[in-house]
Amino acid sequence: MSEIKNLEKIVELLHKNCKLSLEQVAAIAEISTTEAAEAIDSLEKNGTILGYGAVINWDNIPNRNKVVAYIELKVTPQRNNGFNRIAQQIYQYPEVKSLNLMSGSYDFGVTVEGDNLKDISLFVSEHLAPMEAVLSTATHFVLKCYKDDGVVFVAEAEDDREVIS
Amino acid sequence: MTFNPEKMLNRVVQEVPPSGIRKFFDIVAEMKDAISLGVGEPDFVTPWHIRDEGIYSLQKGHTHYTSNKGLTELRCEISNYLKRRFNLSYEPMSQTVVTVGGSEAIDLLFRAVVEAGDEVLVPEPSFVCYKPLVRLAGGTPVAITTKAENSFKLTAEELKAAITPKTKLLVLSYPNNPTGAIMTREDLEDIADVLRGTDIMVVSDEIYAELTYGRHHTSIAEIDGMYDRTILVSGFSKAYAMTGWRLGYACGHPAIISAMTKVHQYGIMSAPTTAQYAAIEAMKNGDADVALMREEYNDRRKLIVNGFNTIGLDCFEPEGAFYAFPCIKSTGLNSNDFCEKLLYDQKIAVVPGTAFGESGEGHIRCSYAYSLDNINEALNRIEAFVKKTR
Repeated sequence: MSEIKNLEKIVELLHKNCKLSLEQVAAIAEISTTEAAEAIDSLEKNGTILGYGAVINWDNIPNRNKVVAYIELKVTPQRNNGFNRIAQQIYQYPEVKSLNLMSGSYDFGVTVEGDNLKDISLFVSEHLAPMEAVLSTATHFVLKCYKDDGVVFVAEAEDDREVIS
Repeated sequence: MTFNPEKMLNRVVQEVPPSGIRKFFDIVAEMKDAISLGVGEPDFVTPWHIRDEGIYSLQKGHTHYTSNKGLTELRCEISNYLKRRFNLSYEPMSQTVVTVGGSEAIDLLFRAVVEAGDEVLVPEPSFVCYKPLVRLAGGTPVAITTKAENSFKLTAEELKAAITPKTKLLVLSYPNNPTGAIMTREDLEDIADVLRGTDIMVVSDEIYAELTYGRHHTSIAEIDGMYDRTILVSGFSKAYAMTGWRLGYACGHPAIISAMTKVHQYGIMSAPTTAQYAAIEAMKNGDADVALMREEYNDRRKLIVNGFNTIGLDCFEPEGAFYAFPCIKSTGLNSNDFCEKLLYDQKIAVVPGTAFGESGEGHIRCSYAYSLDNINEALNRIEAFVKKTR
């Protein structure tokens, strides 16, 4: 395997399941454990692997009152900085869970999390909308998450294959 | 006079032994939280665009018989596919018949070709159906023991030693269930060298042809002198995760295909119509899905083989299908006892190698048609069990 292919295979594996052991990653990527450790270390250092977190279905946590909103932002790009400066201002807020620059009818897609509808609405009206570069906002509230980042959240059918065949 | 059904049964049917894994099946099916590595079908669901075409065909009212040999469009797509993927040329109208799974194609071939007194060579360990089907067709199955030191490939020497004046047919099944073995072009050339001077036919069960890792599958039909005498059998079950659709095909010499079609038309009429329409979509647009599944199987293959070797259950590297066939001799247990004790001790079901022939003794068949997480969990439990045996 070329070096580049190794790194892609390693990140793909860890992205799906970061609980795989070093030995397992090495076996699947067909490299030694030492090479796997070095590759993961370099990927962490160069900002490719930015963290390890579990994918959680929050609906199963009782009494957890969180609301997620998806906001479409239209902005005026800034001289010399384009959209990056604006993005930097937005993603610094801890309420902002994701931020993407988009093609199409709006510029930024922002995911915001708050305790309730009012909190999110206040965040948008007091922090996002007043920003100098922001032209307009359109807020949509997430009602139900079916799938996120490749993981299906709704209960799947059990394995109904014949147990031995 | 009281009716006695036992007396009415066909003698061969009575004598064909029941599947050796039936008792495991019953126990595992009732066991809660058991992980079964015994499945012989993909965990993937048929890709949506293929299912959608099947559903659409029903909406359009395609609920009637097709021609006995199968939809013309499907046979053309099969011909295109075999040319595109495996460099094989079969005329869709005269050299192709669509069947109810690859299993029906195998059965048709035996019934079309095998007569009383004919010997049919079956390299073992092998898929459980070949020998019973040969017997039901009136022939005599002759097992050839393949060896772990040869990675369970059939060798020219083993083949030569098994041939007698009564030998009619050789069953080649690579990539192999249960061992995961493959035969390279060079391996097949050696087999062809032996067969060329004879009139022995070959049935090549290539149902796992798309699931090879590291090298592209070669069909024996491509080898010089083998094309006319080989019936290629394949299907949609494993590559496209279409096991439940029951669809396969056979390609070969027009005279043989015609004879197989004769049997097929009387017994079956035609393969399921909905499945055939779905299969057209699979052949036309399914290459990318197959590639994704193959990549996924490959990751699991590497994990499970590494896992067995780490545990100390020596596992040769399977290069095809989705089975690993590790050796469990180091535990001091035979295959049956290993599987039974493992099941009760750790609630893991694997299939004893002896279910696939006596040469499977000392081995177990473990499917890796499971998620990496399930394979991981299974390996942990097997390791715990193996430690207890030492």
